[in-house]
Amino acid sequence: MGVPLLNASGCLDALAAPDVAKTLDVFVTKTITPLPREGNPPVRIAETEHGMLNSIGLQGPGIDAFVSEHLPRLAELGVELWVSVGGFSADDYELCCERLDREERVSVIELNLSCPNVEEAPEAAAQLVAAARATTDKPLYAKLSPAQWDVAAAARAVVDAGADGLSLVNTIRGLALDAVSLRPRLARAVGGYSGPALKPIALACVHVCATTVDVPIVGMGGVASGLDALELVAVGASAVALGTVLFADPLAAERIRAEIDAEARARGLADPADVRSAFVVQPENMLQMRKNSNA
Amino acid sequence: MRHEKLRVMANEPIGPYRLVRLGRSRLEPGTPGQFFMLEAPGRPLPRPFSLCVAPPGELGFLVDPIGPGTVAIAALEPGEEIAATGPLGHGFDLDVERPLLVGGGIGIAPFPYLSEQLGAPRALLGFRTAHHAQAAALVPNAEVVLDPTLVTDALPDEPGDVLACGPEPMLDALERIVPDAQLAREAPMACGYGACYGCVVPVNGGYKRLCLEGPVLRTGPS
Repeated sequence: MGVPLLNASGCLDALAAPDVAKTLDVFVTKTITPLPREGNPPVRIAETEHGMLNSIGLQGPGIDAFVSEHLPRLAELGVELWVSVGGFSADDYELCCERLDREERVSVIELNLSCPNVEEAPEAAAQLVAAARATTDKPLYAKLSPAQWDVAAAARAVVDAGADGLSLVNTIRGLALDAVSLRPRLARAVGGYSGPALKPIALACVHVCATTVDVPIVGMGGVASGLDALELVAVGASAVALGTVLFADPLAAERIRAEIDAEARARGLADPADVRSAFVVQPENMLQMRKNSNA
Repeated sequence: MRHEKLRVMANEPIGPYRLVRLGRSRLEPGTPGQFFMLEAPGRPLPRPFSLCVAPPGELGFLVDPIGPGTVAIAALEPGEEIAATGPLGHGFDLDVERPLLVGGGIGIAPFPYLSEQLGAPRALLGFRTAHHAQAAALVPNAEVVLDPTLVTDALPDEPGDVLACGPEPMLDALERIVPDAQLAREAPMACGYGACYGCVVPVNGGYKRLCLEGPVLRTGPS
């Protein structure tokens, strides 16, 4: 029943704001890498007309300090815990997942396969998932970038490689200039674009993936209201994550949960999850991705 | 940390700035130098403001309308409501024997409340123009210098316990002259409560979130 609400990885520090984490059904950590990382130089944040850019660059304590220092404190919050892991090679993903496999307090590992602010691993997403899969029995969610022509094909590949679910979508690369100097506003120029502008992109990604693979999808991207969340459920998400909205409204989850229920009731639905049936595209009109034709 | 909708009680011009006074609701004023995230109507992100004045039942913020967010906040009218989160971060350490407030431009924003809490100590304030310097009227016992004179030019030989807020070059210069000064820093900030990691400053060789470690820092960026 209902639509579980998570935070998008990197959009909440549960130890700095435990009261906010407790408003969620699941807390997802910031992406953890094998070694500690300082992250990118400031300026790291730039607001735009319809969203924001970030260039954090996976600042974090590294897997050892995370497991020994952060994890015990996160477990005390009493909120289901997902850990996001990232890296720069298949070995990095293997190392983190192997380490987390022993941790009972971690219910799901989310594989960040798409950080827009660091160098990509040379392996394809499916190879990274396969490497992680070999090290753990925990459910693996693959977080994909919306910045690929055929995200449904990527979804098929990571599910075939062993992913149990999808997190859709990560931020998409963007750039903002200072209006006077015309210099980039972020120190590294390009950053990850999030906020309201991402919503139609997220809806399209969830839609084409939900019609391609049969795994749970956490939908995210520009969700700021219950209606936004319900739209993601309508196109195939089974849970919804909040990102940029938490920056402006730390208590957004409570409001959005109430709005989801109200929006569902207004449509005569006992369970908001039933809204899936409202979204109908005639099969012959559906955007067919490469799943049906490799020609 | 609390998050509430606050009603605009008044919005007054002070030189080129606006003093926007909000009803407190259940928000506490906190320690001088702490800050609040204020909703910028029509913009995706809120903006950080240190508390300027704290009359009974109100929280007042000095706003310099320089970008789309601050322009939107400066244009608020009495009766309108905006969301506010706070108080956030670490403010000034008020356990000082010979306080001297040193500020520049919009950086004087936390001083009226700070001055009240410290019993109206001496203040040294620098502004670009006489028009900007009208804001000095909010701070008792203030000596004002105007550009091109800098506050560091006018600093007494024995400045005492310096509590400062202002542009980065001013704070960096002060830190060289008065290494143990308390400096209220500023950084672009999305959330104000440690969630986004956007507002980091270099501290002791690593990046620290200014919203949690500061905004008032004693060691200063390295």
